[in-house]
Amino acid sequence: MRRTRATIAMIAVTAASLALIGCSADSGGDADTIRVVYQKTDGFVALDELFQKVKPEFEEANPGVTVELEPIVADEADYATKLALMQQSPDTAPDVFYEDTFRVRSDVDAGYLLNLDDHLAEWDEWDQFNEGAKEAGRADDGSIYAVPLGTDTRGIWYSKSLLEAAGVALPWEPKTWDEILETARQVKEASPDKVAFNAYAGKPAGEGSVMQGFGMLMYGTDDTLYEADSQKWVTGSQGFIDSLAFIETLYGEGLAPAPDVALDGSMWQKLFGEWFPGGQIAGTIEGSWSPSFWKQGGQYEWPEYVDDIGVAAFPTQNGQGDGAVSLSGGWTLAVGANTGNADASFDFLAMALNKENALEYNIANSQIAVRSDVASDPAYLEANPFIGFFTDLVTYTHFRPATADYPQISAEIQAATEAVMTGQMSPEDAAAAYDEAVVGIVGEENVTG
Amino acid sequence: MRLLPVVPSVLLLLLFMAGPVVWAIVISFSNSALTGRFAKDPEWVGLDNYTRLLADPAFPLSLLLTIAFVIGSAIIGQNLLGLGLALLFGRVNRTTRALVSTAVVAAWVLPEIVAAFAAYAYFADDGTLNQLLAGLGIDGPNWLFEYPMLAVVLANVWRGTAFSMLVYEAALGDVPPEISEAATVDGASGMQRLVWVTLPMIRGAIATNLMLITLQTLAVFTLIWVMTKGGPGVASTTLPIFAYQEAFKFQAIGYGSAIAVVMIVIGAAFSIAYIRALRPEAQR
Repeated sequence: MRRTRATIAMIAVTAASLALIGCSADSGGDADTIRVVYQKTDGFVALDELFQKVKPEFEEANPGVTVELEPIVADEADYATKLALMQQSPDTAPDVFYEDTFRVRSDVDAGYLLNLDDHLAEWDEWDQFNEGAKEAGRADDGSIYAVPLGTDTRGIWYSKSLLEAAGVALPWEPKTWDEILETARQVKEASPDKVAFNAYAGKPAGEGSVMQGFGMLMYGTDDTLYEADSQKWVTGSQGFIDSLAFIETLYGEGLAPAPDVALDGSMWQKLFGEWFPGGQIAGTIEGSWSPSFWKQGGQYEWPEYVDDIGVAAFPTQNGQGDGAVSLSGGWTLAVGANTGNADASFDFLAMALNKENALEYNIANSQIAVRSDVASDPAYLEANPFIGFFTDLVTYTHFRPATADYPQISAEIQAATEAVMTGQMSPEDAAAAYDEAVVGIVGEENVTG
Repeated sequence: MRLLPVVPSVLLLLLFMAGPVVWAIVISFSNSALTGRFAKDPEWVGLDNYTRLLADPAFPLSLLLTIAFVIGSAIIGQNLLGLGLALLFGRVNRTTRALVSTAVVAAWVLPEIVAAFAAYAYFADDGTLNQLLAGLGIDGPNWLFEYPMLAVVLANVWRGTAFSMLVYEAALGDVPPEISEAATVDGASGMQRLVWVTLPMIRGAIATNLMLITLQTLAVFTLIWVMTKGGPGVASTTLPIFAYQEAFKFQAIGYGSAIAVVMIVIGAAFSIAYIRALRPEAQR
C-alpha cells in the first residue's frame, strides 16, 4: 500500500514538473507581446540602442502591446544558428528579427518569414527606399519579405604612415592584384614585423572571409560564382583558382597575419583595436563601417584615424572591366511567419526604420543609407570623412548570389580559403574539393562545367 | 502489478534516454536542414547521408583523429596515469597523497568550460606554458596551431585522470593485503605481483573504467571547441566537432545526425570489446 502511494506521488510530481517545463517555454503566438530578436556584441550595440529607443515610443503609441527585446550575444554565424533553432518551433519563433540579406531567400524557403507585400503597399515611406536595396528582401516568388536597415560597401583601408615609411607614393591606388602584392612586399621589407596586407580567410572569420576576402578577388576575375541568367553555380573556373592562389601567396609569403592569428575568430577586433591605431598593419580589405569603431564613442576610439587612414577601391585582377570591385551585404528586419500579431509587428518594424531612426542608426553604425531622404541628409554626409567615398562605391558593387543555397556554399568557400591559407591544400585541390561540395549541395543539374 | 513501481522510471528512461537516440537515427535518414526548403519539408533520403559520409574526404581523417584522441587521452593517458597514481598512493605518506589527489581532482571538479579555458590559456601562443619555457630560454611553438592534437590530448588527460585514479584507488582498496603478502613470500617481484596478482583482481574495475572514460572521451566537445575550434583547418576535427559543424554551421541537420549515429556505433563497439575482453573469470 505504502509503495503504491509513493508511486502515485512520484508520478504526480513528474507530471507536475513536466507541465511546469511546458509552461515556462515562451508562448510565441501571444498577440499582446512583440518579441524582437537581434544580435548584440561588444562591437555592435547600435541596433540595441535603436530598439531601446523605439520600444517606449511604440508602447506609448500602441497601448496594451508590450515589446520584449531579446538580444542574442554571439558572432554572426552563431547568431544565425541560434535564430534558426528558435524558428524550429512556432512557440519560440520571434515576431520581429534582424536578418542578414544573404539568408533571406533560404529562410523564406524554410517558411520562417512573413510575406510583407500587403503591409508595404500601405506604407507611405516605402518609396523612399532605393530600388537596388529593396531587392535584398525579395524572394524567389517575387514578394518582399524583409526591409533593409542599410547596406555597406568594401574597399582597401590603409595606414598612410606605414606606406610612407616603406616609400610608397600616396595616395595609394593599386590597379591590379600584382600591385597590391608588390606594395605588400615593399612594406614587409621595410617593416618585417608588421602585417603588410590582410584579406580575411578561413572558417573562424565566417562570412567575412567571403565578403572581405575571397569574394573581392573572385568578382574581379573574368569568372563568376553564380550565373544568374541560367541559375547555375559555376564550377571549375580559373578565376576561383586564381583567387585562392592570391590568398595562398598573401599568407604563404607572410604578408598577411600569421595563419594562427588569422584563424582566431576575434582577429578583426585586434585589427581595429590594436593594429591600425598602433601602426601594426599597413592595409586590409574592410567595409564601409570601419569608422564606427574609431569615431568618438566607438569601441576603439582613435580620433587620429581621420588623418592616418587612406582608402582605395579594390582593383580587379588585371585592371579589367570597371577596374574596381566592391561587395555589398547588409542586414534587414523581418517579421516571423508565425507571429500572433502581424500588424503590430510590422508597425514596430516600420517605426524602427522611419527617417529619424534610420538616420540615427546609419550614422551610429556607419552604414550606407538605403533611404534616399537619409542619404541626402547633411548629418549623414558629415558623419565621417569616408562615407562619401564608400557611398560612391555602390557603382561597382556586387551583391552575393541571392539563392537559398548560398549560406551553405559560402561555408564551403570559407573551408577552401582555410585549406589554402594553412597550406593543407593547393589552390587547385581546394577548388576541386569546393566543386565537389557544390555539386553535393545543389545537385549535378545546377552547376556549369 | 509488481512492475507498476518501475513504470514511471522506464517511461522517463524511454522518453529522455532512448528518445533522442531514436530521433537522431530517424533524422539521419532525412535531408532535414536548419534553413532552405528542406527545413520546412524534410524528405526521406534513405542511406544518402551515409553514402555521402563514406565518400566525404573529411570523414576518414576525422575518424582517425577521434580514435587517436580516445586512445591517446583516455586509454593510455587517463587510464595508465590514473592506475599509476592509485598504485603510488599505496606507498606514499598521507600528506603527499592528499596534496597530489587534491591537485588531480581539482582539474576534474572544474566545469568543462572553465577547464577548457584554463587549458586554452595554458597552451595559447602567449600562454602559461610558453612563458614558463621562455623563462628557461626556450622559444615555445604555438601549441594550439602546430600541435593541436597533442594539446587537446594533454588537456583531456589533465582534466580526466582524476576519474580513473578514484576508480582504481577504490578497487585497489578491495584487494586483500594477504594475497600480495603471500605472493611476496613465494618470491614474486613487484612487477610480477602487479601483473599476475593485482591486475587480475581488479579486472572488473578496469573494464568499467575503460568503458566509462572511452565513452566520455568520444563525446568530448567543449574542450576541443574552446581550444582549437577543430582547427587549424581540420587538424583537430574529431567526430563531435565534425557533426556540430555539419549540423549547425552548414545547417545540414540530417547529415550531422548521420555522423552522430556513427559515433554511437563506435561507442557501442568499444563497449562490447571491453566487456568481452575483461569478463570476470567465473563467467567465462
